[in-house]
Amino acid sequence: MSPLAGPPRRVIAWAIPLVIALAVLPFAAPPYQTVLLSYGLVFAIAALGFNLLLGYTGLLSFGHSAYFGVGAYAVAFVVKYLKLESMEAFLLAGVLASAFVAALFGVLCVRYTKIFFGILTLALSQVLWSLAFKFFWVTGGTDGLRVPTPTLLGGTVKMTAAGGQDKLGFLSHRYYYYVLAVFVICVAVMWVIVHSPFGKALQAIRDNETRAEFVGVQVWHYRWVAFLISGIYTGLAGALWVPLNGLTTPDILYWQFSGKIVFFTVLGGFQTFFGPIIGAVIYNYLETYAVGHTVYWQMVLGVVLVVLVLALPAGIVGTAMRLMPRWRRAAAP
Amino acid sequence: MEEGRRAVNILQTERLTKYFGDTHAVDHVDFTVTEGEVLALIGSNGAGKTTLVNLVSGLIPADSGKILFQGTDITSASIHKKIELGIARSFQLVNLFDRLTALDNVALAIFSRDGKTRKLLSLAESDPAVRDEAQGIMQSFGLASKAAMVAGGLSQGERKLLDVAVAYALRPRLLFLDEPTSGVSTREKAPIMDIITSIVRSGRITAVIIEHDMDVVFTYCPRIVAMHQGAILADGTPDEIRRNEQVTANLLGTQSHA
Repeated sequence: MSPLAGPPRRVIAWAIPLVIALAVLPFAAPPYQTVLLSYGLVFAIAALGFNLLLGYTGLLSFGHSAYFGVGAYAVAFVVKYLKLESMEAFLLAGVLASAFVAALFGVLCVRYTKIFFGILTLALSQVLWSLAFKFFWVTGGTDGLRVPTPTLLGGTVKMTAAGGQDKLGFLSHRYYYYVLAVFVICVAVMWVIVHSPFGKALQAIRDNETRAEFVGVQVWHYRWVAFLISGIYTGLAGALWVPLNGLTTPDILYWQFSGKIVFFTVLGGFQTFFGPIIGAVIYNYLETYAVGHTVYWQMVLGVVLVVLVLALPAGIVGTAMRLMPRWRRAAAP
Repeated sequence: MEEGRRAVNILQTERLTKYFGDTHAVDHVDFTVTEGEVLALIGSNGAGKTTLVNLVSGLIPADSGKILFQGTDITSASIHKKIELGIARSFQLVNLFDRLTALDNVALAIFSRDGKTRKLLSLAESDPAVRDEAQGIMQSFGLASKAAMVAGGLSQGERKLLDVAVAYALRPRLLFLDEPTSGVSTREKAPIMDIITSIVRSGRITAVIIEHDMDVVFTYCPRIVAMHQGAILADGTPDEIRRNEQVTANLLGTQSHA
């Protein structure tokens, strides 16, 4: 069976306890840990979107910072120009803006594959980075734009001093649950997409573009739709990320952040559905602790990446899935 | 069964031409296929057989000439349009979706044929009509026991059959099979051809089979078209082809058939 497939019942059987564990986390762990995990879940949504292109369509984008950044800046503009603080408005703005940019960039990119596709996505994301960098009167330049703590669910859930909540308390409880809910919805929707007839068509394009064309799949059109969905997921992640970070700067549009999204996915395993999710969460911990413990944190990550590619090319989840039958056999009497 | 059927051309090419530099791959070819027949296209390597099929199926554009399908000019039609009209093909080097299961390879063709690949918010497995039809096709190709295996893990003979099954799942009117038994052991050839020809005949599909093995051609194909250096050298029944001196000199002389 393809490692990307899998009976939904088995997945649901271990997904439900996991979601319950995530739901009780704010009561069991210090606020800092919950916020840290929120970052991980947000990155996981971006990686999930990214992997629709890499794992399922066979296109390696080096420019996904563009959609993450567009999602983040769209939120900042909503605050700056529309004076809104509603999280739903933020998400809507993030989704619409990233959809627009992904639709546009997608038209240019999906006609190419392999290195040409990668370089084109990279170049386009760098154009956005330079715009954010240079047009400081709109974007705040390197200072970036501040984003206040939003109100949730149409303004019914707020950070209130009267309720004894400070920003960390809000982010580690209410906002964490908000992120968790959006994350669960995103995972469920993506699961359906990759197991839909459309998802099968993408995998067919990945495996054999010519044959896909000869069963009547219009390859460019499907690639473009995949690109669009991928961009929207990443943009949505960007919109969720800004309130956590409180600020968006051009760094988030820079190619290095695109590289991080690639790293998330390779770390977890791009040939599995859950790999990018696990990879994003683990990477987030890895980077946070590496930064906290050494000034040579980039070297630590570099070594991890090298070891990963050499020793576990299938990523953490991919390797675990390969080993699982062996473990089961060993466990059996 | 054959009596009373009018001989209607399903496909006709008029002075169809394709050059690759100085090589005249297909040179002013007038080629016709009659509805319902199983026709073999033979010729040595480089004779232009695959190029002719590539031109008709839309993989490469023609330099000049015309392609008519059921009287409609499809010379510049897209691959997608040609498939809609009912032209499908298999490939000389097996072209499958290697990481999908064998069943999904066939199911995808059915989804695509029915315009269902646009559906992105419903599970592919929850479409019983498509699943049943795909399983039925796997059954008739003798691949039912391999349905859950990834296509990349099948044997060469099974892959050849699956390649044809994927094209067949599109319910074509005209099916091109590019060397369906190449790379397969001699022992496996007859069973593969038996399956293919019986499915093609029972589905009333017109089939054009490119084949190198003359035993296969003479056994399974009532009409044979021989190509040589981009042009049609001969066109006739197996007996006529066997007796044709030009074919014997240019083609059959080089074959090691019994």
